[in-house]
Amino acid sequence: MSDVSRRKLITGGLTVAAGAGGLAVAAELAQRYGLIPPDNGGLYGAGETLTYAAQRILTRHSMAREFPRSEISKAPFVNGEPPKLDAFQKLQAGGFADWRLAIDGMVSRPGSFSMDELKSYPTSSHITHLACEEGWSYIAEWTGVPLAHVLDAAGVLPNAKYVVYFSIDRDWWDSIDMADALHPQTLVAYGLNGGELPVGNGGPLRMRVPRQLGYKNVKYITRLTVTDNLKKFGKGLGSASPEAGYAWYAGI
Amino acid sequence: MGDSVRIPGVAANVSGETGVRLRARHSALVRVTHWVTAISFLALLVTGAEIVISHPRFYWGEAGNVLMTPLFKLPIPASRALVPTGYGYVMPDQNGWSRYLHFQSAWVVVLTGLLYVLWSLFSGHLRRDLLPSGSELTARSLASTIASHLRLKPTNDAAAPYNVLQRITYLVVIFGLFPLVIWTGLAMSPAIMSVFPFLVSVLGGQQSARTIHFFVSIALALFLVVHVVMICVAGFKSRMRAMITGRAK
Repeated sequence: MSDVSRRKLITGGLTVAAGAGGLAVAAELAQRYGLIPPDNGGLYGAGETLTYAAQRILTRHSMAREFPRSEISKAPFVNGEPPKLDAFQKLQAGGFADWRLAIDGMVSRPGSFSMDELKSYPTSSHITHLACEEGWSYIAEWTGVPLAHVLDAAGVLPNAKYVVYFSIDRDWWDSIDMADALHPQTLVAYGLNGGELPVGNGGPLRMRVPRQLGYKNVKYITRLTVTDNLKKFGKGLGSASPEAGYAWYAGI
Repeated sequence: MGDSVRIPGVAANVSGETGVRLRARHSALVRVTHWVTAISFLALLVTGAEIVISHPRFYWGEAGNVLMTPLFKLPIPASRALVPTGYGYVMPDQNGWSRYLHFQSAWVVVLTGLLYVLWSLFSGHLRRDLLPSGSELTARSLASTIASHLRLKPTNDAAAPYNVLQRITYLVVIFGLFPLVIWTGLAMSPAIMSVFPFLVSVLGGQQSARTIHFFVSIALALFLVVHVVMICVAGFKSRMRAMITGRAK
């Protein structure tokens, strides 16, 4: 064996070993810092993991852009129809006075909040962009209580990792990590452009996550579950979206 | 060997079977990054088209939806029933896997592109093979190269260096269109916008970014068509061999 080929073999071997070691360390660190999305498997798992990890590192504390009042879109586009469920229509007939938001899972005080209780909490508003994965968007002023405050009221346990939220329509449920759940702009929203949140836009209660696309902003929410493991929900992919073929993380 | 291009790391070779001298053409890094980019770009093009048909309307500024006046509309049916297209037909929705594949391919293109650009800078590929020389940029030289292209008679053989039109085109694609399409793509991401708001504000808004993204993609698709046509005109077999094996007659 010549010197050159021996050197090549040694450096090649070392490169492969370093690469494999580096990957193992990266995977361990990614797991520890919560950089692995629940839909990390399958054909597109690699790209999805890269996107989520990169954006999560960059955006842990970043704020969604806010706009002046003059930028508010004249008519907030209504996408889809309200649930045709009896339970929803009964609550709607009562002006949603009896709508409740339950919270359970990894909290020290599980229970539920009435609309009046939620509205008695500190109010937060922001004029932000709601963009759909299809390509359309609108800008509106959203008002609600920060999800962080609701979580605080229920006493989130320290090792919680995700908040799962459910629509009254059981086909719609989603989840976000704690970076988004505790983010000051993430609202349990009940107001739009100075008025009540219209039914078409998700009223009476909608999750508002302005650093992610429209479909993470689930309408008609009735229940929050705090958890450290998304495997227990649905097919274990984190939300109804991956079950329908869409990415769990929608920051892009 | 005197008339062929000298590319470091690629040795000239004499084919044993035919006895024809094959000269070094494209280095391994150029060939690998070329084909990886080609495959990823095709995936981006197909999935991008899939995503566009869910809302084939374009706007300027920050926000845009069917209640607002578009800049223009594509004359095609949409894959979503709520978009008024004038066609009584809704196409199948393919956005889920299209978005997954679009972003995965984008990662591949970005990482491959970074590797290629850094290597080009340090290996001398950029200076030697891509930057046109002063003598090539004279009116006379440009005119003669353009004239030979208009007659569809490229003069160089498969092992010759890129001509001046190729150099200018590749530079525009590598340092103009690709960075712009990546930038406008990122400028549509609500998370990226929260970290780098200027990326979208200098473009005039998120819908402007989407519209520019569309036009740059069209420009890249046009480049692909012209590129493939020129390969066929210049000699499909010899150019493909050069880009696959690295050697040319």
